[in-house]
Amino acid sequence: MISMSNNPIDQGARIVVIGAGQAGFTACAKLRELGHPGPITLIGEEAHPPYQRPPLSKGYLLGEMTEDRLYFRPINFYQERSIDLRLSERVGFIDRVSKVVGLSNGSTVPYDRLILTTGARPRSLPAEIGGDLEGVFYVRNLADINSMAHHFRPGQHVLIVGGGYVGLEAAAVSAKLGLEVTLIEASQRILQRVACPQTSAYFRNLHGKEGVVLCEDTGLKRLSGEDGHVRSAELADNSVLPIDFVIVGIGVVPNVELAEAAGLTIDNGIAVDEDCRTSDPDIYAAGDCASFPWRSRRIRLESVGNAIEQAESVAKALMGQSSGYEAKPWFWSDQFDVKLQIAGYSQGYDNVATRKSVGDGVSYWYYRGGDLLAVDAMNDPRVYMVAKRLIEAGTSPDPTVVSDPATDVKSLLP
Amino acid sequence: MPKISIIAKDGTPFELQVEAGSTVMENAVRNSIPGIVSECGGACACATCHVYVDEEWIERVGPPGSIEADMLEFAYDVRSTSRLSCQIKVSEEHEGLTMHVPERQS
Repeated sequence: MISMSNNPIDQGARIVVIGAGQAGFTACAKLRELGHPGPITLIGEEAHPPYQRPPLSKGYLLGEMTEDRLYFRPINFYQERSIDLRLSERVGFIDRVSKVVGLSNGSTVPYDRLILTTGARPRSLPAEIGGDLEGVFYVRNLADINSMAHHFRPGQHVLIVGGGYVGLEAAAVSAKLGLEVTLIEASQRILQRVACPQTSAYFRNLHGKEGVVLCEDTGLKRLSGEDGHVRSAELADNSVLPIDFVIVGIGVVPNVELAEAAGLTIDNGIAVDEDCRTSDPDIYAAGDCASFPWRSRRIRLESVGNAIEQAESVAKALMGQSSGYEAKPWFWSDQFDVKLQIAGYSQGYDNVATRKSVGDGVSYWYYRGGDLLAVDAMNDPRVYMVAKRLIEAGTSPDPTVVSDPATDVKSLLP
Repeated sequence: MPKISIIAKDGTPFELQVEAGSTVMENAVRNSIPGIVSECGGACACATCHVYVDEEWIERVGPPGSIEADMLEFAYDVRSTSRLSCQIKVSEEHEGLTMHVPERQS
């Protein structure tokens, strides 16, 4: 029988969720909240119960948060709701014919519906240029942060490779803790892939003021070590930098291998439709690993908001309450005393309006033609809140009105 | 370990024994109190953990900080007793603190 999106699953339907991050956790919690009584199994590779990742490069790295405060829920949550949480388990394959998931310990778990929330992993530095040396770290998992924590001592010299949000947040934490920080970015400017030149300039100035040595248009040639531990970095201009450790933040790649091996359609992530359904009607995908149709193209978002909303729409679709997923992209970043909040998705913009608010708030408004696509708001929560509403409503205020400091941002709301 | 009380939108009271120093949001989320979303996990970045502090308590809990107030200004059905619960740190003096969950978060 073909399952239609309006038909709820049977009460006894067995749901298996692969990947115990934000999306996997949310899907399970939402299914129970909506009243699915059947078996739910949540499989995660890590030893920890599902936890929040954003603080890893912020408060947790700063030492302001203990590990248990990262957990979405205490462990008894899963027991009370009969969510079979299987930690430290790796899935080896998906057999779509027998409808089972094979674990690397040799056992199998049968499913009626499968949800893939496999996330993404950091792009790694190749071993040929020293990427396999000790002292080279990534920012993705609790284990990553725990293993680098002892390096965060005043005076240590850290090299940050990559000027995206993860690299910049790691640089901010390092500088705050008294480390010597050098950040290199291979492309012309930091945040080039995700933000306009104005936002790049804003964060370049901020980091410069806080003592971070920021080198744009500067590639990494190779890392060199002694006794297997990284000691120096040779940059593209042949200069050599003595360093104590390295944090790499050069983007992520979606974890699509399981889906790909099972023959599901892959297109910059596991391809899903408006209901987050993959090319197999019994398999769904959500979060960082999934690419979805959005305004006549296909995008993939790496954000908490997206993970939550997609996972909730999977649960709703399974329960016969499908409303179709409509992405409302939003992001945030904390660096030093600056809170950046981003509403919308800026890809494809062709002009930017600048707004300076009373106080130190600044925002950049991305337009394509007359259409407002996104807003980066720095220390300007009012602008963020207004922009989010405008974008979700599809309303585009005139950029000259936006830029006029005499305009009260609230008056932009319809 | 002060005891606080959060009244869900359907009127169900949740009595929580909480650690001093933790935030109201953390406790609400840990106990799955419906209506407290907290997408950003306490970064004061999303305004989805809005609560109304009981009239009797508002003076002791105090007003929102400036970022929080700016976020709240655009929250759904904001009142003079509105706070973001991720910004309320519970202390021993908060024994009996009562809050209400709004109809919705956005």
